[in-house]
Amino acid sequence: MDVSFAFFYLFAAVLLGSGFMVVAARNPVHAVLFLILAFVNAAALFLLLSAEFLAMILVVVYVGAVAVLFLFVVMMLDVDFAELKQGFLQYLPIGALIGVLFLIELIAVASFIVSGGKIAGAPLAINAVAQGERNITNVKAIGDVLYTTYVYYFEAAGLILLVAMLGAIVLTLHRREGVRRQSAAEQNARTKLTAVELRKVPFRQGV
Amino acid sequence: MSDMLLAFILTAIKSVVLLVVLLICVAFILLADRKIWAAVQLRRGPNVVGPFGLLQSFADLLKFVFKEPIIPSGASKGIFLLAPLVTCILALAAWAVIPVQAGWAIANINVGILYIFAISSLGVYGVIMAGWASNSKYPFLAALRCAAQMVSYEVSIGFVIITVLMCAGSLNLTAIVEAQDTKFGLFGWYWLPLFPMFVVFFVSALAETNRPPFDLMEAESELVAGFMVEYSSTPYMMFMLGEYVAVVTMCALTSILFLGGWLSPLPFAPFTWLPGVFWFVLKICLVFFMFAMVKAMVPRYRYDQLMRLGWKVFLPISLFMVVAVAAVLQFFGLAPMGV
Repeated sequence: MDVSFAFFYLFAAVLLGSGFMVVAARNPVHAVLFLILAFVNAAALFLLLSAEFLAMILVVVYVGAVAVLFLFVVMMLDVDFAELKQGFLQYLPIGALIGVLFLIELIAVASFIVSGGKIAGAPLAINAVAQGERNITNVKAIGDVLYTTYVYYFEAAGLILLVAMLGAIVLTLHRREGVRRQSAAEQNARTKLTAVELRKVPFRQGV
Repeated sequence: MSDMLLAFILTAIKSVVLLVVLLICVAFILLADRKIWAAVQLRRGPNVVGPFGLLQSFADLLKFVFKEPIIPSGASKGIFLLAPLVTCILALAAWAVIPVQAGWAIANINVGILYIFAISSLGVYGVIMAGWASNSKYPFLAALRCAAQMVSYEVSIGFVIITVLMCAGSLNLTAIVEAQDTKFGLFGWYWLPLFPMFVVFFVSALAETNRPPFDLMEAESELVAGFMVEYSSTPYMMFMLGEYVAVVTMCALTSILFLGGWLSPLPFAPFTWLPGVFWFVLKICLVFFMFAMVKAMVPRYRYDQLMRLGWKVFLPISLFMVVAVAAVLQFFGLAPMGV
C-alpha cells in the first residue's frame, strides 16, 4: 500500500473527527479551534492531491484570517450557547434532509468520475496538471484559467467582495460630534513657530 | 519502499541538524539582542555566565526548565498548555522551506513563499489561545490586540511578497534568490529597485513578530506582560523561543526576498569562494541587528497609531506599488516568462 493512502486516511479521519467535534463541542471556543483543525486537515488533503497552491491559500485565507476573526468574535460575544442548543432537535429533520441531498449529489458525481466519465468543459490547463504533466506548476495552471476562461466570474467575485466590504464599513461608520481626532499630517506640519509661544510674564501679574 | 525509507531517514537527519543549529543560533541571537540593547543604553548587559556572558541563554534555559510550571485553577488546561507548543512548533516549521544555500533546503517546494506566509499567519493562534485559556483580563486584552495587529500587518506583507514574486516570476524561494543573481552583485538584489517595499516589509515584519516598537500585546507598562502573564517555567520559555525563532525567520525571509539570500554581495572571485551559508547567516545577523537597534531606539507606538500605520499608510503604499511594479514590468517587457 502506498504511503499517501495511509496519510489520506489519517487526514480524512482527523478531518471527520474534528468536523464532528465542531458541532458537538460544548464550549464555542473549542468548537472554533476544532474548525481550524478541520481546515488544516483539508489543506493537507489538497497537498496529497498535489494542489499545493490551493492548500496554502486555504491555510492563509481561512485559517490565517477568517478563523481568527471567528475566534475573535466567539471570544468577545457573550452568547449563551446552551440556550441556542435547546432547539437543536427541532432543526434535525431539515438538517438531515440537506445532508442526505448533499451526500447523494456527491456520490453521483464521484461515481460518474470513477466510472470514467469526463466533466465537460474542464479547462485545459487543469487537465494538463491532472494528467501529470509536470512542467507546469499548478499556480500557473490556475492563473491560466482564472485570468482567461473565468476572468468575468473572477472579476464578479471580486466586485461582490468589494461591495460586501464597503457595506460593512458603511453600516458601522458613524461620525460622532465632539470627538477629538488626531491628524498626523497636521501634527507633522507644526513648526517651532506655530507650536511654541514665548511670552514675557510681568512680575507678580501672571499671564 | 526502501528508497522511500531512506529518503525519510535522510529528511529526518537534515531536519534535526537544521533544528539544532537553528536553536543554538537563536540562543546567541537572544544574547545579542540583550547585548545590543544594553550597549545602546550604556550598560554591559549579561556578562557573568561564561566569557562575555556568552552562555547566558543556556543558563536561562536551565533555569526555566527546572522551575515549577504553574497552571491557574481557572485556566482551560488543555488549551493553556497547547498554546506555547503551537507557537513554538509553527515558528520552527517555517524553516522547512528556507534555503540556506543553493539546493540546501529541507523541502524545496514550489509554493515556498506561500508556505512561510501561511505558517507565519498561523502564529497568531498561539497568542489567542494563550490569552483566552489563561482566563484572566490582561492576557485576554493582549490576545485581542494581537489578533487585530497581526491580521492587519499580514495584509501589507502579502502585497510586498506579491511585488517580489512578480519580479522573480516564481513562488519558489530558491528561484527568488536565483532571480537576484545578476552581474551587479548587491545592487542587483531587490532591496534597491523595490526600496519602498523593503522598508514596508521590514516594518511589517517588526509588527508581525510583535517586536518593539509594536510589542503592544506585551506592553509591560499597561498589560503587565500581555498574554504571557499567567505563564511560567517551560511553557513561558517556549513562547519566548517561538518568538525569537519567528524573528530569525523574518530576518531570513527579508534576506531571501530583498538581500539576495545566499548570494555574495560582490560577484567576483575571493567573495564567491566563500560558501553561501556564510553570506546567508551574515545577512540574517545584519537584519537582526537592525531589529535590535529599532528595539533599543524607538519608543512604543500607541495602539491607534499602529492601526493607522498598517491600514492607512502601508496598505495604500503597497497596493500602489503592486500596480506600479506590474505596469513597469509589463510595459518595459521585464516580466519574467518562465513561471
